[in-house]
Amino acid sequence: MEANPRSTGRLPAAFLTPGSSSFLDFLAQHAPEALPGRRELPAEGVLQAPHGTTIVALTFPGGVVLAGDRRATMGNMIAQRDIEKVFPADEYSAIGIAGTAGLAVEMVKLFQLELEHFEKVEGATLSLEGKANRLTTMIRSNLGMAMQGLAVVPLFAGWDLARERGRIFSYDVTGGRSEEHGFAAVGSGSVFARGSLKKLYREDLSESEATTAAVQALYDAADDDSATGGPDMARRIFPILTVITDEGYRRLTETESMEIARSVVDGRLEHPDGPRAAVL
Amino acid sequence: MSTPFYVSPQQAMQDRAEYARKGIARGRSVVVLQYADGILFVAENPSRALHKVSEIYDRIAFAAVGKYNEFENLRIGGVRYADLRGYTYDRDDVTARGLANVYAQTLGTIFSSVAEKPYEVELIVAEVGEAPADDQVYRLPHDGSIVDEHGSVAVGGNADQISSYLESRHREGMTLAEALKLAVESLTRDTNGSERTLTADQLEVAVLDRRRPQQRKFKRILGGQLTRLLEGEQPSADASADAAADDDEEILDLPDESPGDASAGSGGSGSEDAADSDASGDDAGKS
Repeated sequence: MEANPRSTGRLPAAFLTPGSSSFLDFLAQHAPEALPGRRELPAEGVLQAPHGTTIVALTFPGGVVLAGDRRATMGNMIAQRDIEKVFPADEYSAIGIAGTAGLAVEMVKLFQLELEHFEKVEGATLSLEGKANRLTTMIRSNLGMAMQGLAVVPLFAGWDLARERGRIFSYDVTGGRSEEHGFAAVGSGSVFARGSLKKLYREDLSESEATTAAVQALYDAADDDSATGGPDMARRIFPILTVITDEGYRRLTETESMEIARSVVDGRLEHPDGPRAAVL
Repeated sequence: MSTPFYVSPQQAMQDRAEYARKGIARGRSVVVLQYADGILFVAENPSRALHKVSEIYDRIAFAAVGKYNEFENLRIGGVRYADLRGYTYDRDDVTARGLANVYAQTLGTIFSSVAEKPYEVELIVAEVGEAPADDQVYRLPHDGSIVDEHGSVAVGGNADQISSYLESRHREGMTLAEALKLAVESLTRDTNGSERTLTADQLEVAVLDRRRPQQRKFKRILGGQLTRLLEGEQPSADASADAAADDDEEILDLPDESPGDASAGSGGSGSEDAADSDASGDDAGKS
């Protein structure tokens, strides 16, 4: 029995101990070596590992859009062209991750499991705030790695069933959490993406306008940040676009995101700097 | 110090088995049936918060009768086992067979250990496959044995009679409505041959639906949908369009479920007068 090679095959006592509904807490007690944050770190030297780059999010009436580019870089090299950095966290929330790709993917897996585990054990889902707080704990446990240059910085977005609106939470490497109103961006290209969204965002965007604005912002990020990838028409690699509404999480199909990316790229052929905002 | 009386091992085991069987027989029954698109679980359970049927993993569900705190502990243990295994390996590597094995070992060890009282529970672990032939249903009695079941199975107070009733009427490829009707009919039959009526409020119904597009195939059938199915409306509309609507229902219904659900498991429902697992469950919820 893999769960505990020492036992007779019976479920070890830790499994049958009532109490926590958290999978993280259970792991910490029963199999601490499986937790990402508990690993031994090399004494010195900075590791070279693929880094994911830009994630953007913006709300619209009735939901929230979370989108990410597809590039992972390692130093000045492109490590992967078609990495996926936006994932569903559960039925009503999604998470996009910038930073060390390997750790990020593992953190997402654990976070998804944490939410699912709670839901199964308790028979009820966590509140959106509760989910955001769990993520804080997970990022904080990664602080040691972050100090060595292996930071993971997520952007968390979801539909708040109680308040009936889309909400965005951003984090820093220490786990500090802040709710963002309107739009947010993380990652190396976030400065440019945020500037772009600042000009494009309106509170009354429709869902399709919101997804287009996200692609515009990612395009602007890719325009000025070498670590962010723009839409790759030749290889048919397009940003990942997800929408969360009261109907739950939905990832736009490749065809849908291709159409949005194509319209943005076509627009840029006319105006390379994108849509113009009024001066006054 | 007085010399203890000699009790033969056969006698000791028989006594323990008798004890466990009596505890289980006091509870109301749960039936599990295969139907065309999955596996159906029906339990007589007036509580909406304390479940006898629950999700374990993507394709695996759990049903139990007997003492609430004992099977609730096993359920949480199973969820932890499945989640840990899925995290360590892959989601596909979590199987009902593996889980049933662990449960059997656990129940078996407890049953034969002199230091512990035997668990008064009987479990069912079921996994829905890609096709009906791949479905797996395991019944786990109190003593740690495993029975591989096909078609239909019942556990609980009146299990023998219900099982034979189901066996003679169950056939392959039933629709959900047909299977549900049969399951409810079987549950309404009392030991003395008389029949009771069961309404939607008294039933806990869930399915492992292989057509569900989500990775997690477990779904509770609640409220309006259950009433419609019981009234025998042809539910062929329960395909994809209805599934979306059901999901809404599922979410809307979630807040009704007591968040204290799990703590109830630990909240010693172990009163001796646990005449019926339902009753003991309710007590636990209130305490």
